[in-house]
Amino acid sequence: MTTNTITTIDTRATIHPRWVRICHWINALAILVMIGSGWQIYNASPLFDFVFPRQIALGNWLAGALLWHFAAMWVFVINGIVYVTLGIVTGRFRRKLYSIRPKDVIADLRAALTFKLSHEDLSHYNAVQKLLYTGVILAGVVIVLSGLSIWKPVQFQELTALFGGYDTARYVHFLAMAAIVGFLVVHVALALVVPKSLRAMITGR
Amino acid sequence: MRQRRIIPGVDPKLLIKDATKLMPDASRRGFLRGAASLGALTFLTGCDIIDGETAEGTLRKISEFNDGVQAALFSPTKLAPTYPESAITKPFPFNAYYDEDEAPEVDGKTYKLEVAGLVENKKPWTLDELYALPEVSQITRHICVEGWSAIGSWQGTPLAEFLKRIGADTRAKYIWFKCAEGYTNTIDMPTALHPQTQMTFKFANRILPRAYGYPMKIRMPTKLGFKNPKYVVAMEVTNIDKGGYWEDKGYNWFSGL
Repeated sequence: MTTNTITTIDTRATIHPRWVRICHWINALAILVMIGSGWQIYNASPLFDFVFPRQIALGNWLAGALLWHFAAMWVFVINGIVYVTLGIVTGRFRRKLYSIRPKDVIADLRAALTFKLSHEDLSHYNAVQKLLYTGVILAGVVIVLSGLSIWKPVQFQELTALFGGYDTARYVHFLAMAAIVGFLVVHVALALVVPKSLRAMITGR
Repeated sequence: MRQRRIIPGVDPKLLIKDATKLMPDASRRGFLRGAASLGALTFLTGCDIIDGETAEGTLRKISEFNDGVQAALFSPTKLAPTYPESAITKPFPFNAYYDEDEAPEVDGKTYKLEVAGLVENKKPWTLDELYALPEVSQITRHICVEGWSAIGSWQGTPLAEFLKRIGADTRAKYIWFKCAEGYTNTIDMPTALHPQTQMTFKFANRILPRAYGYPMKIRMPTKLGFKNPKYVVAMEVTNIDKGGYWEDKGYNWFSGL
C-alpha cells in the first residue's frame, strides 16, 4: 500500500472536516443558551397567549436572561460568520447544498416518511436534508438581523425599518426562533434514529 | 394576551404586574440556577458551568464589554425615529417597580432641582425657572427592557442646553440622577448631550402627570425605558459611575437603543 492510496482512503472516509465539527458543536452550545435565555426574555412581555415554563428557561429572571443572551450572542455570531465564510470559501455549501429540486424534495420526503430513505452514504445529503440545512442557515441569518434590529432600533434604524419596525421585528425574531427550534427537534430526532450520523459529527467519519 | 393589549390600548394594571415581575425576589436572584437548559449545557460541555459566582462574574464582565461596544455604536448625531401625533399610544402606560398609587407625589411649589458636581453654578432650580427654559417637543418610541414599546409625546428643554446654562464640564464622563422615591440612574455624557435627550416637563403638551414623572423626567429615546428617570430631584455631573437602581441588580449599564 502506498502513501498515496492511504491518503485517498482517508479523504474519502472523512464525512465532516474538522472545522465543520468544531463550528457545529460551538453552535449547538450557543444556540441552546440563546434559545433558553430568549424564552425567559419573551416571558417578560409575551407576544402570544402563552409563556415558557420557567424550568426550561435560562437566567432565572429577566436581567439574568439578558446577560446570558447578550453574552452567547457573540459566540453565536462569530462562530456563525466563521462557518458561513468557510462554507462558501471551501465550496462545501455549493457541493452539499446547492441545487434543491422540488421534485427531489417530494420524492425524498415520501421515502423518508415510509422509512425507505437510504442513509448509506452520509457524505451525500438527500433533498430534504439540503432543504432543512439551507433553511436553518437562512433562519440563522434572519434571527441575527432581526435581533440586531431589536437591540439597536435607533443606531440600526434602517435595518429595523426593513423588518417592518421595532414591534414587527420582535415577531420576526420569535418566528425565526420557532423555525430553529422546529429544525432542532427534527434534527436531533433523526440523529438519534441514525446514530452513525451523530458519530460522524463527532469523529468526522 | 397581555402584550397584544398593550400595543393598541394599554391596560396600566397589567403593566404594573409586568413591572413587579422585574423585581428580583429571593428565588429569582441567582441568574444561573434552576434551568433545565443548563442541564443540557452541562451535558454538552462535560463541565458544571453553573457553579455560582464565577459564571455570574463572567456574565457581568461581558455585560461591561457590551457597554463599551454600545458606546462605540452610539452616534451623537443620529436621531431616534419620530412619529406623527396619530401614532401616540393611548393611554400611555404607567410603568415602575411599584403600583401607580405608590408613585411619588412631589410638591411643585417647594420643588427644587439640585445641581451638583462638576458645574459652575450649583444654584437649585425652582419649577418656574425650569418652565421658563426654551421648549422643544418630540414624539418618540419608549422601549422597555421587557420588550414592549409605546409611542409618547414629550416636551421640555434639551439637557445639553441646560448643561450649558449651569456651566457643566461636559468633558466629565457621567451624569447621575436622583429621584424622589430613591431611584437612581447614571448615564454617559455623549447620551446626555444627544439632541433628543430632554429634561421633560410635559406629556402631550400638558404638565407631566404624576404617573409619568411629575415634575421632571429625563427623556432619552436612545436608551431603554428604565434609563429614563422620572421624579428627578437632583443631578450630578461626575467622573464616578455611581450605578443605578436596575443596573446594580444586573441590567446592562449602557442599555442604548
